[in-house]
Formats: sequence, structure tokens, C-alpha cells
Amino acid sequence: MSAAVELGPRPVRVALIGAPNAGKTTLFNVLTGSSARVGNYPGVTVERREGALRGAATEVRVLDLPGTYSVVGETPDEQIVEKALAGQLSGVPEIDGIVCVVDATTLRRGLGLVREVLKRGRPTLLVLTMIDEVRARGGKIEPTRLSQILGIPVLGVVGHRGVGMEPLHRLLPEPSRWAPAAALPAADTAEQRFAWVDEVCRAIGANDLEPDTRTDRIDRVLLHPVFGLLVFAAVMIFLFQSIFSWAVPAMDAIDTSFGALGRVSREVLPGGWVTDLWTDGVLAGVGSVLIFLPQIVILFAFIHVLQDVGYMARAAFVVDRVMGWAGLQGRSFVPLLSCYACAVPGIMAARTIASPRERLATILVAPFMTCSARLPVYTLLIAAFVPSATLFGVLGVQALVMFGLYLLGVATALVSAALLSSTLLKGTPSVFYMELPPYRWPTAGLLAKQVWRSATAFVRRAGTIILATSIVLWGLLTFPHAAPDPTRTPAEEARANLEASAGARIGHALEPAIAPLGFDWKIGVGLVASLAAREVIVATLAQIHAVSDDGDSGSLREALRADVNPSTGEPVFSLPVALSLLVFFVFALQCTSTIVVMARETGSWRWPALAFSYMLGLAWLASFVTYNVARALA
Amino acid sequence: MPLAALPVGVRARLCAPAPGSAIPTRLGDLGFVPGTSLAVVRRAPLGDPVEIDIRGYRLCLRLEQIDALFVEIATDRDEP
Repeated sequence: MSAAVELGPRPVRVALIGAPNAGKTTLFNVLTGSSARVGNYPGVTVERREGALRGAATEVRVLDLPGTYSVVGETPDEQIVEKALAGQLSGVPEIDGIVCVVDATTLRRGLGLVREVLKRGRPTLLVLTMIDEVRARGGKIEPTRLSQILGIPVLGVVGHRGVGMEPLHRLLPEPSRWAPAAALPAADTAEQRFAWVDEVCRAIGANDLEPDTRTDRIDRVLLHPVFGLLVFAAVMIFLFQSIFSWAVPAMDAIDTSFGALGRVSREVLPGGWVTDLWTDGVLAGVGSVLIFLPQIVILFAFIHVLQDVGYMARAAFVVDRVMGWAGLQGRSFVPLLSCYACAVPGIMAARTIASPRERLATILVAPFMTCSARLPVYTLLIAAFVPSATLFGVLGVQALVMFGLYLLGVATALVSAALLSSTLLKGTPSVFYMELPPYRWPTAGLLAKQVWRSATAFVRRAGTIILATSIVLWGLLTFPHAAPDPTRTPAEEARANLEASAGARIGHALEPAIAPLGFDWKIGVGLVASLAAREVIVATLAQIHAVSDDGDSGSLREALRADVNPSTGEPVFSLPVALSLLVFFVFALQCTSTIVVMARETGSWRWPALAFSYMLGLAWLASFVTYNVARALA
Repeated sequence: MPLAALPVGVRARLCAPAPGSAIPTRLGDLGFVPGTSLAVVRRAPLGDPVEIDIRGYRLCLRLEQIDALFVEIATDRDEP
């Protein structure tokens, strides 16, 4: 093989630029198919999407730049676009041509961005999307005429239907043919820019479109001052219901399979610590991640459907005022909502918040939202220690306590966000702007792809971290072993080993710090173990009480109730202790994967360190108060 | 009158900024330049933000962001 063939010709590189909702991502997906790779730009957490043009004779790399209204960099997204246009983006080879993607229904705004790009005098291609919608709304659009005026190629497409893609495929590999006829003056004001836009629109005979009556009609109901709020509440309740009830069969199935896999492993493999590591470290770790997958898939399917249909922007519009009080934005809403399943996808979803300040505030308060890892702990403690009485004949006290814990989480998140934005993140709030896209039917294929992408991202991120932590904690709770004693039952043996372990020593060392909260060393061990994932404390408490934690943890419930402090003769667990522990779980950031993802998304360990200490301090204080007040009242 | 006080559904024209003040750059990029025709389409159920129809598209902005913007109700002409 000759050297030339080995090296190959240099690929042609083109970048897509356009406003959010301009149809840029749909176009990108159609152009690149499954070859797209999602990554990050160096140093920032702006998503970098790149792929090869499908079916091209020569290699054409397509870079999907973040959606932006302006090429003057204020937010991280805009800075990426600005640098890419100037050819100064580190880690990205020089771009040969710029593809401006403009929603043809918003031409009179979109051309402002086109002018900004044309000012740079680089090869530019203009793609007008949604031309079918323009025609449906009585508009005229003539790409040829526009091309003559702008001096660059202009193509009209309907991205999701593949209309007009053939000429685009032909033109994309040849950016040398997109050179603008004449460079526009470099410096101008917004006024001059839009005067030019109006002139261009007049020259091509662009008329005003008829209003999108369908979207208008739907909005009149969905954004109605009264119905709007009711619909919003109904959508949220339905979402919750689906996460917590539809996911249960799948979660149970995963739980049972991992339990069975563990039992089979124990039977097949020889006894010893390697087998223990496999079953209690690896299998338990993988299982504790995968158990969340059903909820996450349902949650993401819901969020993506609502987003594709166009309702998510409306939800953000409805709640923006509430979010504004807390120093957040309407866009903070979806990430915080995702946190009800797990804070990891929630924190990753905060990327959609364009302004860095609000994004950081959202990330920092995300772990206060009641994630589903807290549920097993809540369920166990409430079932064991909160009386199953009813108030006024209908309200169950247990359900009320559960609801209260959820409420406490949200309230703390919002209050903390307000505190953060008036202290640590003080500064001028970023400009908030958002479009309400027309309502559209979601496409099944795109939906499946998005859900798959989100779910695999979760498994990769959370999976590796939880697995690693799970193995480390297994080591801490296993070694060193107690001296073997053949008279003990296997359960007693396990308990003795746990008591002799390094983890137990940590639990004892923690006792002075947690005694004021009503916790003994066993709860201390559980708290250490829960750093892998909160629900691990249930398994650890089971191990420490030498009972199995399978089934509905009925045996564990009994064991907790019967546990007596050997020195005082009093029960270890009482209602005040249980309430104190519940409150501790509401506030504390006991989740290694959240901490790591937070560090990755903020680009620094400073923020997770702050969140961890702040939440721990708050947890300690709140538990202390709860324990003492509950004891005084009891 | 301030844009924030413009009744829903009434078309108006954006005024030139008062001497010494300016329309924020970001709003300028979005098409908020003096003389542009606009209307408030709706307010959010909780009163804020508002949805504004401008240059053939619609944009939601918080009231605090448009407090520097003044409009005059368009009476005679109906062009954008």
C-alpha cells in the first residue's frame, strides 16, 4: 500500500449552526445516521456531536454546533460557536464550510444570524428547514431568489421527511463552491442588521405567514391561567404515577434475577472471598444500578415525548415564575424532575440550561430531590416504626410521612437555590429566553434513539462508579475476618465477620459524632456503606442483624424492632431514631456517583465538595433537631 | 408605554431607547430593534414570563428583562 492511500485524503469538515428548534439536530441525524458520536468539547461540558455524512464518496465530517441565537459568546454554548466560526476551537480541526440552518417559518429572525456568519466571509451554505410548514401557512419561499441575493447556495428541506436532501448531499462535500460572492461589512449594529434582513425579505417577496392556528388553539387551553395549571399538575402526577407503579414489575424482575444469579453463583463457585467479591461486590453493585433502569427508561421516554411534542417548553413557561423566586429558570424544571428517578441523569440534563449561573445552582440543589434510591430506606423505616394509623379516617399516617419527606426535599432544594443565588452565585441573572415550538407529533424512531442514548449514558456513568464503590465497600465490610467458630450459624458467622471488619471500626469511630442524632455504630456502618448508593444501607442493616434482606424485608423490619442496646437495655431503634434517620437521608449527599458526575459536569471538585459538606451539615443539624424534638414529644 | 404594560393582543411598535440607555445586546440579536412591530401574545398562568410575537416568531421573556423597553401602540400603519 502506498503512503498516500494509508494517509487518505483529508476529510472535508462542515459545521451546522442555527438557533435552538431550527431543526438542526433533526437534519444532523438524517445526514449522519447512526455514525454520530456524542462527546464533550475540551474543558467545558458543551455536548459535541459529530458524524460522517451518510453515503458520501469522500469523507465528510459533520459537526453539530450547539443551538444559538447569537454568535457573540456569553454562554458556554455560544462561546463554542464563536470560537468554531473563528477557527479557534481547540481539539477541533479547521472547518471548511459553515452550514447555516434556519427555520423558514422564522426567516425574519433567522437571517440575522446568517448575516453574522456571512460577515466572516467564509464558505457558507444556507439550509431552510420546515419549508412545508411555510407553504401550509400560506407563505412563499424561493430559495433560488434568496441564493441570488445572498450570493451563497440556499436549499429548502423538510428534515424529518427527507425532502430536499438529495441536492444537499451533493453540495455538502464541496464547500469550495459555497464561497460568498461579496463579504458584508464587518461591524454593524442590530438595527442595521435587521434593516438588511427586512430589505432581503422584501426583495424575495417573503410575506407574513398566517398564524399557526393549531398551536394557538392548543395553547389557549394548555396555557390558560386556570386550565394551564391544572394540566400541568395532571401531567406531573401522571409522570410520577408511571415512574412509581409501571416500573415496579420490571424492577422486581431485575431484583429477583440478580438475587437468583447470586444464589446460583454461590452454589456453583467454590466458597471463599473471590466468590464473595463476585456475589456481594460485583453482582450487588451491578444490580443496584440496573434496578433503576426501568424508572429511568420510563422517565426519559416521558421527558422526550413531552419535549418532542412541544409541551416541555410550555411546562417551563408555566413554572418559570416559581423557579425565578428560587433564582432558577423554567429550564431548571426538567433536570430537577429527572432527579426523582436519580440525580445522575438530572445533573446531566442540566446541560440544557444555557446560563452557567442557573445551571450551577440547579446542579448543586439537584441531590435534594427525592431520588428513588432513598425509597427502599424510606419504605423500610416507615413500615417498621411509623404507626399504620389513619387520620380523619382517610389519610394514612405512613403515606403522610412519605409525602412529607418528598415535600421536605423539594422545599429544601428551592430554598437552597434561592440562598445560593443570593450569596455564592450572586451576580446579574442571565437573560432568560425561550421559544414555544409548534406542537408536533413525535417520531417513534427518533424517540427510541434518544431514550436509548440517555439510558446507556446513565448506565455508563453511574454503573462504573457504583460498581467501583461497591467493590471498595465490600472490602471494607469483609476484611479482616473474625476468628472462625464452627458453632455459629452462617448468619451469625456473617455478623461476626462484619463486626470484626474495618467498616465496623469506622462505624464505632463515627459513634461520638452520630450519637447525638440517636444513631449507634451499626447505623454508622450503614451510613458508610450507603456512600455507594443510598439503598445499600438496607442490605448492610440486614447483614449486621444477620437476617436476609430478600422479599419484602419483613424479617429485617422485625429484627430492627427487636434490636436492643446491650449496655442500656433500651431498643436501638425507636420512632425518634427512625425519624432522625429518615431526615438524615432527605438531606445528606450519600451518593458517590452523584458526587463524581457533579465534578465532571462542573469541571471542578470544588462544587461537589461544597455540596457534600453543606448537605452533610444540614443533615446532621436537621436530624439532631428531629431526634430531640421527637424524644421530647414522645 | 412600557412593553410590560402593553395589553395582551395589542400590536405596538418598539420605541428608540431613551437617551443614555440602550436595548440590551442580546435582545437586539433576537430582533428587538427600534421600529419593530410586536405584540404580547399571552402571559404565563402565574403572570410572568410573557410570550411576545415579533418578526414573525414568538419568544418568551421575563418581565424584568423587558423593563427597559418602551412601545407605542401602532395605529395607522400595519406593516412590520
